[in-house]
Parts: sequence; C-alpha cells; structure tokens
Amino acid sequence: MFSKTKWLVLTVAFLILLSLVGCANKNPKPAEEENKAAEGNKTADIILATTTSTQDSGLLDVLIPEFEKQSGYKVKTIAVGTGAALAMGEKGDADVLLVHAPADEKKLVDSGIGINYQLVMHNDFIIIGPKDDPAKISGLKTASEALKKIAESGSMFISRGDNSGTHKKELRIWKSAGITPKVGATYQETGQGMGQTLNIAEQKSGYTLTDRATYLAQKKNLSLVILVEGEKSLLNIYHVMQVNPEKFANINARGAQAFVEFMVSPDTQKMISTFGVDKYGQPLFTPDEGKNEADLGK
Amino acid sequence: MELIWDGLVKAIIELVTLDPGITEVALLTLQVSGAATLISVLIGIPLGSVLALSQFPGRNFLVSISNFGMGLPPVVVGLWVSIFLWRSGPLGFLNIIYTPYAMIIAQAVIASPIVISFTLAVIQQINPQLRLQLTALGANRTQMVWTLLKETKLGLLAAVMAGFGGVISEVGASMMVGGNIKGMTRVFTTATVMEVSKGNFDIAIALSILLMLLAYSVTAILTAIQQGRNIR
Repeated sequence: MFSKTKWLVLTVAFLILLSLVGCANKNPKPAEEENKAAEGNKTADIILATTTSTQDSGLLDVLIPEFEKQSGYKVKTIAVGTGAALAMGEKGDADVLLVHAPADEKKLVDSGIGINYQLVMHNDFIIIGPKDDPAKISGLKTASEALKKIAESGSMFISRGDNSGTHKKELRIWKSAGITPKVGATYQETGQGMGQTLNIAEQKSGYTLTDRATYLAQKKNLSLVILVEGEKSLLNIYHVMQVNPEKFANINARGAQAFVEFMVSPDTQKMISTFGVDKYGQPLFTPDEGKNEADLGK
Repeated sequence: MELIWDGLVKAIIELVTLDPGITEVALLTLQVSGAATLISVLIGIPLGSVLALSQFPGRNFLVSISNFGMGLPPVVVGLWVSIFLWRSGPLGFLNIIYTPYAMIIAQAVIASPIVISFTLAVIQQINPQLRLQLTALGANRTQMVWTLLKETKLGLLAAVMAGFGGVISEVGASMMVGGNIKGMTRVFTTATVMEVSKGNFDIAIALSILLMLLAYSVTAILTAIQQGRNIR
C-alpha cells in the first residue's frame, strides 16, 4: 500500500546521494592536495587574498582564468578588504596577497612574512559626490581640503569603515586635514566592500572616497560625479607578495611564486593596461612592473 | 520597475539556454544544501527521537540548547567553522577551508538543531497511549520507534523542509567558509551578494529568481511525499 511513497523517498535519497557523489568527483582536490603537500610537491590550489576592488572591477575575472590556464594551479580567490587580506597573510591562511595599502604592507614585509614583494599597478582614488555639490568641493586641488569642506558644511560622507586599503587611505586624508571624523548623522560607516558602499552613497546622496576602477565599473548605476581627482597622494598602488613558506606549514610556495611572476610578466602587464578600455573607454589600471614606487604619478 | 523586468528576462534566458555558469551554480547549491540537509536528517532524527523518548538528568537542558540552536545565526556558525578550518586553526591540516566540504559542514551545523527540535516536538506530541498500546501488542523497541516515525511523517518532513529551507537561503556561513570562489564554492546566495556589490542588479535579480525556483522545486517534491496518503 505504501510502495509509492517508498519509491518517492528512495528516489529522493538516491538523488541526494548522486549529487554527493558528483560533489566528490568534481572536487577531488583536498585528498590529492594533502598527498602532494606531504611530498612537498606542487599542490593544486593557491589561496589568493585580495581586495574587493580587484573583484568588483572585474579585473580578476580576466586575469585568474589566464593564470590558471598558464600555470595549471587553481586559484581560490578570497576578496576581502586589504586589512583582512593582510591579516590572512599574517596568520599563514593565504599563499599570496594582492593588496593596496603600502604603509601596512611594509610592516608585513619587514617582519619577514611577506616576501617577493612586487609593484604591480596603480590607479587612483577619487572623491565623488552629488552633482549639486553642497560642500562646494568641485575642482579643489587637494583631498584634505575637500574633506575639510565636507565636514564644515555638514554634508554626508559615507566611509568604508572596514579597515580596507581605501578606508586606510581615507583615514590618512582626514588626519592630514586635522579632523577626527566621528560616526554620526553625517559621517556613516558601511563596513562593506567598495561596490556596496557606492550603492549606499548613491542612495544617500553622500560624498565618498573610491578607487577609480570600481567607480567606473559601477557608473551605470550612479548619479554621483567625480569632484576631486589628480592629487599625487590619491594614488592607489597595488602590490603582490607571497607569504613566506618558512614561517608557516601548508603554504603553497611554488604556486604563490608562480602567481607573483604571472602578475609582473609582460603579457599580464599588457592585459592590465588594456583592461576596461572596451567597456569604459579608458583603462582602469596602469601597469607598473619594474617602476619605482616613488616615481608614480609624475 | 524596469530593473525587475530586466532581471526577469535575464532569469528566463538563463533558464532556457541553460547557461553553463548558472547551471554550475545551481548544481552546487543543490549539492551543498542537499548534502547538508541529508547529514542533518541522519543526525537530527535519531537524536530528536532519543531526546523525545527518554528521561535522563540534563535532558531539559539539551532540549533547550537544541531549541536555541534553531535560531543559530549563520554568520556565527561561519565564523566558528572558519576558525577551526583555517590553516592556522586546529583542523587546518584537513585543507578543506574554501571548499564545498567546508560549506556542507557549516550548513549541517545550521540545519541539525532545526531537525532535532522538530523531530522531538512531533514525537513527543503523539498520544502516550499509543506507546503503551504498542508495548502491549508486543512491539520491541525498534518496531516501536519505526511505528512512531511513520506516525509522525507529516512533522518529520516539515523538519526536513525547514532544515533545507534554512540552509539553501543562508549566505553568511557559505560566504565565510566557502569564499564565493568561481566554479568551486559559488552558490546562488553568495553569487547574488557579489553581483549586487558589482552593481549588476539585473543579474542579481535573475539569480534570486532562479534560487527561489530551485528552493521551491525541492520543497514541492518533499511536500508531495509529505501529503501522499499512502502510509497508514
């Protein structure tokens, strides 16, 4: 009498089992990886800790598949703020870092955790805000002047507030303006990635500091316009580094080294220089391999 | 309104053309949440039955823990599972952080208390006379539990559906332990969050519609089993 139900139950159980098997088949890596790691050989995966801007701008969607094709490694990209990415490196939870907060990166390099530290590319930060520009910052020469005026006029400023590279840069500008921003009605922290923060700034008609790449990638949804740009201190510089395998177990040093080499190779640098041109009419990043960081923006 | 329309159109196109990227995401979503639900059922129904049918010191405390666990925030589970599975964590040697296995573990932790508590409630609700009667009829312990489980089919399937619904819809844990890696740990919820932060609202809407379709399809099958009038 209950054979029909039995069948249904069996079918469902079978389907779930099947999907489990599929799951196991598709990702046979962990076991394989362990064996290989035990032999100290090339492992299949590398963990890349990076910033939200490289993911939200779409750059990684272009570079990662190319790297995987060339090197045979599978990249696990974890897109978090630069603060979190550096912390992952510090604990040995990532193999390689692509980040943009030079001052904090130097601490990691000095401590011997970050090695093979290379300049990859830059773009710049811009201050955007509503078209009618209530704080009258349009065309100001320096970012600190602009933030001062925003604060004085009581206009809304949306901060990342997530310890990311962009957030660190913003805090540095506030400092040079001699202002300590306090979270309140006109200074709000989103605690989220750049893309999401742009959405929030848009909805609240606020000012914000953003990297140019994410802004251009999101521009189709934004009425906010660029108001301050071009100052040298607004450069947004990206470095790549690998995590020192001597400091932690389980680091995929070869994979990390391959990724660093890939990022500064001539072909990749060329891809970076043309990325975004077809969509936005201008490149989103400028490749900088072999340049001196101090010379950028000259 | 135009945005919703764009999203709808995109969802239909992706569904009809079986876009490979989307199919991959859909399959992974089903695999991860299906496996997690299966594990939580295997853990939850026996544990729930034991809790319902036995008396021992500390039982009420365990029951309250399980009931509390039904509301366990996915981000909290995600954080704790991450801490254990990170390379620097105690289980780091397993090397399963940022894999579907890590997501299954986290989701099973989320779903298990739901299944335990539902099972407990429906079995306890059975008229105690029935147990007495079964014992009088000479049923042994296994036969009795089996009969009680059949008797509570409606409630148990509700437990399965609640567990499945809980995990297929969560994003916090999947994002943290899975990392939203393309082609590997990207499921519908994490993909939706990412597309929103990329500003691709139409794709995000399409993903949300496809997620709801998937969740509904699975629930509809389970409902068909639940409402089947074949067991007496």
